[in-house]
Amino acid sequence: MHKPSGPQLAGVLGFFDDPESLMEATAKVRDSNYKHFDCFTPFAIHGLDAAQGLPRSRVPYVTGVFAFTGTALAFLWQYSAHSKWWPHNIGGKPLNSLPAYVPIIFELSILLGGLATFFGMLYFNGLPNLTKRSFDPSITNDRFAILIEPTPESVDDDHPTPPFAPEQAEQFLKTLGAKDVRKVYNEGWFS
Amino acid sequence: MANMEIMKPVDDALVTGARTFAEVNEDVARPLENFPTKRWWVCFITAMLAFFMGACCLLNTFKNGIGMWGLNQPVGWGDDVTTFVFWVGIGHAGTLISAILFLFRQKWRTGINRSAEAMTIFAVMTAGMTIMTHTGRVWLAAFWLFPYPNQRMLWPNFRSPLEWDVFAVTTYFTISTVFWYCGLIPDIASIRDRAKNRFRKIALTIASLGWRGSNKNWLHYESAYLIFAGISTPLVLSVHSVVSFDFAVSQIPGWHTTIFPPYFVAGAIFSGFAMVVTLLVLAREAFGLKHYITMDHLEKMNKIIMTTGMLVGYAYAMEFFIAWYSGSAFERFTFINRAFGPYWWAYWIMVSCNVFIPQLFWVKKFRRSVPVMFVISLYVNIGMYFERFVIIVTSLHRDFLPSSWGTYLPSWTEWGIFTGFCGFFFIFFLLFVRFLPAIAMGEVKGVMDQPTKGSRLGSTPGGVTSGSIGGGAHA
Repeated sequence: MHKPSGPQLAGVLGFFDDPESLMEATAKVRDSNYKHFDCFTPFAIHGLDAAQGLPRSRVPYVTGVFAFTGTALAFLWQYSAHSKWWPHNIGGKPLNSLPAYVPIIFELSILLGGLATFFGMLYFNGLPNLTKRSFDPSITNDRFAILIEPTPESVDDDHPTPPFAPEQAEQFLKTLGAKDVRKVYNEGWFS
Repeated sequence: MANMEIMKPVDDALVTGARTFAEVNEDVARPLENFPTKRWWVCFITAMLAFFMGACCLLNTFKNGIGMWGLNQPVGWGDDVTTFVFWVGIGHAGTLISAILFLFRQKWRTGINRSAEAMTIFAVMTAGMTIMTHTGRVWLAAFWLFPYPNQRMLWPNFRSPLEWDVFAVTTYFTISTVFWYCGLIPDIASIRDRAKNRFRKIALTIASLGWRGSNKNWLHYESAYLIFAGISTPLVLSVHSVVSFDFAVSQIPGWHTTIFPPYFVAGAIFSGFAMVVTLLVLAREAFGLKHYITMDHLEKMNKIIMTTGMLVGYAYAMEFFIAWYSGSAFERFTFINRAFGPYWWAYWIMVSCNVFIPQLFWVKKFRRSVPVMFVISLYVNIGMYFERFVIIVTSLHRDFLPSSWGTYLPSWTEWGIFTGFCGFFFIFFLLFVRFLPAIAMGEVKGVMDQPTKGSRLGSTPGGVTSGSIGGGAHA
């Protein structure tokens, strides 16, 4: 087993065998004093975000901002190329022929919006994650886990947070029906 | 009988055989973790040989110019552009499955979306290759595709449909690839956690970006996935519309029609679904994925093939009607000439393969018969090649002036190049099924019967979905 003096404690992990039990336990952890926790699941479970008390994702805002940037850039680009940089009379069409610019405006909005969605998602998720190894191979297979994390040191001197007691957290997870409850540590992928 | 089917409260099970979550991983990972079968090698070597043949024919073209092809005045577009439209069209079914069916909450898409999306990407790559090489002098003429100015700030003409096409196809390729990769991340993580070999583990860890399955990650992931579906839907409709503008914006009788964008999109989905059926019938057989790509999946796809086939048939009829109704002598001549002129055989191959043969799918027995659907899907692929051939060649070979009339048939060099591009496509598809999970495990698990409290093996065959709370955004 891991020695406490070694790698940094990531928290206390407990396993569940089915999404239903996980969901019930998660809601109870949310309503407890443990404010820092996360679930680990092999697939996205509908309703777990609410059970965990997570706010809505901000990815759509990133998409919106970049998609409209694409719209504006594509128009300015085409307008400048045909009306400013070297105006050409092509087939007697007006120099600024807006309807003909629409396809490229549309495509560039999608392109920038889509790439921003992907990289925004990676940014919010802290991916690529090269430093923290997965806690257990069964998490990407068929088991569901809750991780109760140590509370960070409080900066508020009037209300000091009590030090994290892993044994208490282990006990709490066991009362929720978790199996294989154990302490886990932050380790690199290849260490 | 029929009454009972209507009364059935829930849909058929999307995954048959009472699989558990762990068995999903087993089944999907099996082909990736074993040495490829003899059948795989036969397919792969055949594809390599086809590609090699195409490469030789392309070399012949590069060396001697496109005089090696059958193109001349007045037919300046032939097999080259036909092949381009053919492959771009094939891509559309993948996006329809991954994006449009996602927005419509069609849970059955989860079994087939990964391989269909892979097909999209490889088909668009193939289309990109055809359009790069169709100029014959790639080192001179492929650069005009890229929007950059000359030294006096003269840019390509952004009002030209050909330039729109560059943007549409590159955007389509980029977004499809990102969407596909996004979906792959959790599944690569599943494969990674099973890996025994050290190098395999390192490679998969990097490819999975270190995904750990945290629900805080799933939150943003699902949000991004929904947005991808949302933006891919108008994108896929725009791509084949823009491809159709290459023709519709010109003034050639037979091309200059307003029906082209929807007609092309319907045809693209039609041909794409046929290719999905062709590929999946083989893949489910070869890799033992029959529990995930079930007969119900195939039947649903066959229904879509029949529907879009009839849409395409409607477009053929409507084109003809409008050509007559327009009162334009040139339009009228073009269409009568299409059906009864020198290229009558191409026209009737097209109509038979695309409109008549898919009618067999009215019969449930044929919809659920693997040999029948495989043969029909091949006919549809052939028919859709001929559709583009008919549109392109028959509209060009009779110019406005009879003195400029001509004919066109692809030369053996062009057929070689076509075969080579088929090989190119299949090389990538075979590598995909060999190295990456062909079933979206993370999504399939969400729509399976969920194990419930107390019962470790809670899944029941026959589709009782009472315990189903999974599905993430698919629910």
